[in-house]
Amino acid sequence: MLKVRIIPTLLWKNFGLVKGVGFDSWRRVGPVLPAVKVYNTRDVDELILVDIVATREANEPDYASVQDFADECFVPFTVAGGVRDCRHIQQLLRAGADKICINTEAYQSPTLIAEASRRFGSQCIVASIDARRGQDGHYECLSHSGTRPTGKRPEDWARELERLGAGEILITSIDRDGTMAGYDLELIKRVVDAVQIPVIASGGAGTYQHLVEAVLQGGASAVAAASMFHFTEQTPLGAKTALAAHGIPVRARYLSHE
Amino acid sequence: MRVAVINYGMGNLGSVRRALAELGADVCIAETPPDLRSADRIILPGVGSFADGMANLVAQGWLDELRGECCERNKPLLGICLGMQLLASDGTEGGHSLGLDLIAGSVVRLDTLGCQHRIPHVGWNGVHGRQDSVLFKGLPEGTDFYFVHSFVFRTRNEAHVSATADYGVMIAAAVERDHIFGTQFHPEKSSKAGFKVLQNFLSYQPC
Repeated sequence: MLKVRIIPTLLWKNFGLVKGVGFDSWRRVGPVLPAVKVYNTRDVDELILVDIVATREANEPDYASVQDFADECFVPFTVAGGVRDCRHIQQLLRAGADKICINTEAYQSPTLIAEASRRFGSQCIVASIDARRGQDGHYECLSHSGTRPTGKRPEDWARELERLGAGEILITSIDRDGTMAGYDLELIKRVVDAVQIPVIASGGAGTYQHLVEAVLQGGASAVAAASMFHFTEQTPLGAKTALAAHGIPVRARYLSHE
Repeated sequence: MRVAVINYGMGNLGSVRRALAELGADVCIAETPPDLRSADRIILPGVGSFADGMANLVAQGWLDELRGECCERNKPLLGICLGMQLLASDGTEGGHSLGLDLIAGSVVRLDTLGCQHRIPHVGWNGVHGRQDSVLFKGLPEGTDFYFVHSFVFRTRNEAHVSATADYGVMIAAAVERDHIFGTQFHPEKSSKAGFKVLQNFLSYQPC
């Protein structure tokens, strides 16, 4: 049986890891490499690394650093930030990324998703959507790290990304990001119901119960969290115990005898 | 132990190379077919579509060398993910194309088998290895491995399936025929359990 993945998200800004609230007010968390090593040693299900300045500053992904991180990572490693063409994807894959996350560029040139999934396989293209609820109660997708409204509804855009060939959707609530107040379950459910590909819930996790809700009520295939792992005593392993107690299948750690 | 990892332009070789190096193997990335000759073990990795993968193997001249090393000189071969699928007789991804035909069978999309779950099949799934399988020696029943794929290998002979996983339908998680092996999951991304599978492949001695 397929297990629900618990995925720590690492937000990377210049030389270190940060975490903010609502895609802003960044707090320093620490250096990247030791965090990757620790999560690898703790045998997490997957890691997502987001370069939060690459798109804003129109930089190319930092391949050399990605390679240093990937060298320490023997679990699936998804890299996001600043990906604008197939050459970037190829270089990131060569540097050791397993999956590539695309957000802003998908709005500007949707053909990138189609071309990338054809060339590298759908399974390595994760389409990321950042959304917030407007005053009228409707959800809207934003690009450029949550700074530019796109006029698109998350469920419509998710459907379009699936049609173009994305293999997974990472849906992040900008309103809940960093608040630890719980995922936006309605947003997650809308996206989950709109597509047939796996959906990763992101934005707002603060307790194990939130993760449980994202799976049982939101229907997410995987749950991503940052603040709760950075700033509280809760761990991915503890999260598994909590999910399992609700009957959610989680991966048991294999302990080698060596 | 010299292990050649075939670079035929299909995806990330870095993690396979690093995992093997971690296990103490002397790893070389084979850039051209003659590079296989000095190797004791051959790994065919890969992500991407079946048709593209096969087209690259053909265009870069790998077929004869690969068949010679594996079939005549009996070198153990491990195909990973797309690399396992390419061991098949044929595949339908990216249009119908012939495979290496080292293990008889076809590669088809998951939903054609009646799978109702979300596709691709992404994440950790429990693998049930056959008692006598080489790759799963010493691994507990149901150990989780990392999968990411939309197509599956249906072998003609069920005896060639060395491990299964349940994704609404039973899928071949691994195949084995003599010294030819394949895993649908990524051992190089499956943490310690994956290392054990790779170690079993390296330790295997062909008769």
